Amino acid sequence: MSEQVTGAQSLVRSLEAAGVETIFGIPGGAILPAYDPLYDSRIRHILVRHEQGAGHAAQGYAAATGKVGVCMATSGPGATNLVTPIADANMDSVPMVAVTGQVPTAAIGSDAFQEADIRGITMPITKHNFLVTDPAEIPRTVAEAFYIASTGRPGPVLVDVAKDAMQTTTTFEWPAEINLAGYRPVTRPHAKQVREAARLITESRKPVLYVGGGVIRAGASAELRVLAERTGIPVITTLMARGAFPDSHPQHLGMPGMHGTVAAVAALQKSDLIISLGARFDDRVTGALDSFAPGAKVIHADIDPAEIGKNRFADVPIVGDCRDVIADLVVALEAEAAQGREGDYEGWVRFLAGIKARYPLGYDNPADGSLAPQYVLERLGKIAGPEAIYCAGVGQHQMWATHFIGYENPRTWINSGGLGTMGFCVPAAMGAKVGRPDATVWAIDGDGCFQMTNQELATCTLEGIPIKVAIINNESLGMVRQWQTLFYNERYSNTDLQSKRVPDFVKLADAYGCVGLSCESADEVDATIDKAMEINDVPVVIDFRVHRDAMVWPMVAAGTSNDEIKYARDLAPKFEEDEL
Amino acid sequence: MSKHTLSVLVENKPGVLARVASLFSRRGYNIDSLAVGPTEHPEISRMTIVVAVEGLPLEQVTKQLNKLVEVIKIVELDGASSVNRELILVKVRADAATRGQVLDVVQLFKAKVVDVAPDALTIQLTGNSDKLEDFMKVIEPFGVRELVQSGMVAIGRGSRSITDRTLKPVPVAVTAN
Repeated sequence: MSEQVTGAQSLVRSLEAAGVETIFGIPGGAILPAYDPLYDSRIRHILVRHEQGAGHAAQGYAAATGKVGVCMATSGPGATNLVTPIADANMDSVPMVAVTGQVPTAAIGSDAFQEADIRGITMPITKHNFLVTDPAEIPRTVAEAFYIASTGRPGPVLVDVAKDAMQTTTTFEWPAEINLAGYRPVTRPHAKQVREAARLITESRKPVLYVGGGVIRAGASAELRVLAERTGIPVITTLMARGAFPDSHPQHLGMPGMHGTVAAVAALQKSDLIISLGARFDDRVTGALDSFAPGAKVIHADIDPAEIGKNRFADVPIVGDCRDVIADLVVALEAEAAQGREGDYEGWVRFLAGIKARYPLGYDNPADGSLAPQYVLERLGKIAGPEAIYCAGVGQHQMWATHFIGYENPRTWINSGGLGTMGFCVPAAMGAKVGRPDATVWAIDGDGCFQMTNQELATCTLEGIPIKVAIINNESLGMVRQWQTLFYNERYSNTDLQSKRVPDFVKLADAYGCVGLSCESADEVDATIDKAMEINDVPVVIDFRVHRDAMVWPMVAAGTSNDEIKYARDLAPKFEEDEL
Repeated sequence: MSKHTLSVLVENKPGVLARVASLFSRRGYNIDSLAVGPTEHPEISRMTIVVAVEGLPLEQVTKQLNKLVEVIKIVELDGASSVNRELILVKVRADAATRGQVLDVVQLFKAKVVDVAPDALTIQLTGNSDKLEDFMKVIEPFGVRELVQSGMVAIGRGSRSITDRTLKPVPVAVTAN
């Protein structure tokens, strides 16, 4: 059935047909035609204050729900303001569709007012993108965009629509099927590869399950738990996978990498078999590649074939959806066991348990009695609990939040991992709260990050999105300052933000219609968090004024080997003492 | 540095060349030669890309190319089982005194004169890169005024076609978010 509509109506009808419930966006000249039918649509449009906020909100929505997040902006500056969130979504495999208006077809290429070649600009940072100039192509393009964004390795897709295509009369017909000759993601793993993997797992003595964000995107946490518990193999979860496996689980050794736990880093370095599930051997995990896990064979399972063997040779490559891969692995391992072949990892598990006990995550309280940021996050995790959703910006607060909150469930930890986008937190938390309105959503942000995108608090207040913000205020660009402390002779060039003086975060919160609270000593922490937990009608902002010299430990310095991990400043752990 | 010839079937849509070129550029792969043109199927274009890889497996290049939605199929063509050709047009200094010698070279290489001027000849030559290189060595001493060269195109030997099974549609149902 087809009917006569404008291109703009066709666009909104297509978005409805694609199942869109919420769009984050800002109108402007070139996208204006779409906003007229959107006014009557059942789709909720959330008017943000900056397009970057729309993009990160769509990401937060997608990460919290598993659905495709949608953002909308006008041509030129509206579209270019989406570039950072699009690049972020591309790095962290977030399913997202960005719809932008473009100048009329006849004006394209003429340097028209608010013209930017956003399709060209976003080519390297999208999974795919489209420029639509023919209104008849709108429904099929939208259908393809959602299909590409949500299948295979998820990612951002941009649909740029010329203004005249929205103003022309066309027919609306939602396609029943699409046919993309060049896009056929493999989701079912190859049985032979899975059997080979099971054989390696059984034969290995020192295996480790290296779990990445793919496990969260695939919704494979339950399957992972079965695999881990049946085999007893130690588990490590990357920054993107926190929550994929419970932090409280005795087999869990925490996060690997530059700021990983000693036990997780040791588990990789000393392993004889790395079972990589939806992870990509990022440089922040491997450290110097030539000395990374020198004795390990690698089983690399990923839905993106290009990740396999990119950074580290894979002895057994498996292309497939993590959920299918893990489920099949469990079956294959049962078949091995039925033939009397089972892995013996006892010595290895004991070795790692020794390291975990000797080098637990910890911190020192500041000698001057000021507030330890780690303590704030520890208490926040305890009080808000593992059902809450925690978003973070990028920097020291992000690392403390990943270590000290305590995650038990997937999709409860949302952060910018690959791109490392400061300013991600507040809008992402807004998006997560829209997607999961019944969940408590905490935005854990640094004072630097918070000042990049806090304008979205206005959106939160007016749209009834009561997020809770914990600013870990050390009045500096803390991670950069930490590097200056360690590697630049304490020369603090341009990292002092003076955020304990300006701005006044409590007044700022108040100005935005939020409740603003402040806390600067350990004995006020619980009461302040409790108070924030009681407020559910408006956003709450807490200014936690913490010690400025607190550092993130453990740490592997950039470009060095994982073997050079420091447990604390000038304190290298000794793996070798333990018997293996 | 090893060179590989890739035949890449892509959808005939605007921007595909930009996507491929930008991929090579941002991932630091070197393109030695690139030629694009239509195929027997109007909706498919074919690129012949000669890529020089050093310190990275060709597999990584093809995997990244395959991630582009509009790339349908990639086939590596090796020298022995394929035919590859390039074309050059070269304007050579040739006056009454040297024209005869230049024409001898033209004949020797089975090249073709496509334009004549009192003091120059424009010569067309097709062949594989070795042949073109040899020709240039011989013709250069006469004085090359202008040279233009096409990218390499290549096709597999035998009766099989790489586009045979490419177009079979595999539609998927559209589902809501």
